Amino acid sequence: MRLQHCLGCGTCQHPLRPICVTCGRHRPDEVPAAGTGVVDSFTVVNRTGEPFVLARVRLTEGPIVLTHLTGIPDPRCDQPVRLVEGSDPPVFTGRKDTGSDDGL
Amino acid sequence: MTGVAIAGAAECDLGKTGRTILELQTQAVTRALDDAGLTLADVDGIATNGISRFSATQLADWLGLQPSWCDSTFAGGAVFEMYVARAAQAIAAGQCRTVVISYASDQRSARSRRLHAVYDEGTPEAEHEAPYRPMYPISYYAMVAQRYLHEHGLTRADLAGVAVAARERARRNPAAWTYGLGPLTADEVLAAPMISSPLGRLDCCLVTDGGGAIVMTSLDRARDLPKKPVEVLGYGEALTHTGMATAPDLLRTGAIDSGRRAFERAGLVPADVDVVQLYDSFTISVPLGLEALGFADPGAGLGATVPHNTGGGGLAYCHPGQLGVLLLVEAVRQLRGVCGDRQVPGARTALAHGTGGIFSSHATVILGVDR
Ligand SMILES: [Zn+2]
Repeated sequence: MRLQHCLGCGTCQHPLRPICVTCGRHRPDEVPAAGTGVVDSFTVVNRTGEPFVLARVRLTEGPIVLTHLTGIPDPRCDQPVRLVEGSDPPVFTGRKDTGSDDGL
Repeated sequence: MTGVAIAGAAECDLGKTGRTILELQTQAVTRALDDAGLTLADVDGIATNGISRFSATQLADWLGLQPSWCDSTFAGGAVFEMYVARAAQAIAAGQCRTVVISYASDQRSARSRRLHAVYDEGTPEAEHEAPYRPMYPISYYAMVAQRYLHEHGLTRADLAGVAVAARERARRNPAAWTYGLGPLTADEVLAAPMISSPLGRLDCCLVTDGGGAIVMTSLDRARDLPKKPVEVLGYGEALTHTGMATAPDLLRTGAIDSGRRAFERAGLVPADVDVVQLYDSFTISVPLGLEALGFADPGAGLGATVPHNTGGGGLAYCHPGQLGVLLLVEAVRQLRGVCGDRQVPGARTALAHGTGGIFSSHATVILGVDR
């Protein structure tokens, strides 16, 4: 999962764009995401086929991404999650809260 | 005060009509003009969408009009409140004299309602949302609802009360889809099939045909027409996002800014409003909207006491894909005092708030009886 980090204002953004939408600087640097975050919110979607958990995950770097949660039987808002290595499209699963997200 | 008024308002046939969009549009426009004491020959401005790719020119052609002003901005169900603002400006500036704002849908008869998103190639949503198969728009509202319940320590049963109350109001509106269905219980709402948790089928607006129109002209001219004019006192709007992951705070919707701008323009505060018509696409939209517009503190919207959605709203009266024009029709009728069993006694100031997309666009209109 790729993010952009702006050297002008320090903001991280997703999705990738030609400019930083916080300060307007052109071509912010592309950086890999740490792959950790917390669940902002989620919904169990009952479409045709197996239900799945759609979620907004607030990444440690700041941006929010739309994703699925996997392997979490009873998801809750604000719960810490991590990127499932090698998943495509990227999905998230539970992780122990180390407290390292605080203040970010 | 804008010096511009709504002189006529009407619904087309609602429910399951078996009629085409243009037939329903014709009903809406001609009934609103009749209500205003005007005819098609008076119309020199139109605002509409949802007919075809070039909706305004399509409607003009269909009705034999060659207007000097049009608007066909496309921003979801909030757009009719935006048209009111644009029309008020165009009339005040002298570009046109009589504007009809109209909308109609045949979505129930045509079975054309989709529950998934349509992604335009090359957009970030096509790349970053489509692979996750959200239902559109409900999955976004569901995530808002989940966050709302989490932050305020509430449950699905609390939200169910919104659907119960909407049905109760629709039972006083003979035009409502659910008019004859009897009361709804919270247990029925909770037992309905889950669509996108925590929202079940009865947390969702109806899928019906329907639509309506309003006629706008200068307040001075409206005073010479048969019905009591309803003045446009203020308006405001806000656009916030199109992607499901863009909004930094799901509970801080554009209604906060849209409402504040409308109140500032009108020189009024929420306590001045007698009746609210709020876009209730889903149960969550009601408490969150009433809070954003200043009628309740954050988390207290379920207990707001301001009379709202008096006709039953999108949950229980009619939801033709875009509800915005019907919010205006009910607001006008409340201010005229013609709402019978559901009339808010002595209503003199009304607020209509439209929402489009996934809480993407917001527009607020404040209306008042001519003083
Ligand atoms: Zn920047």
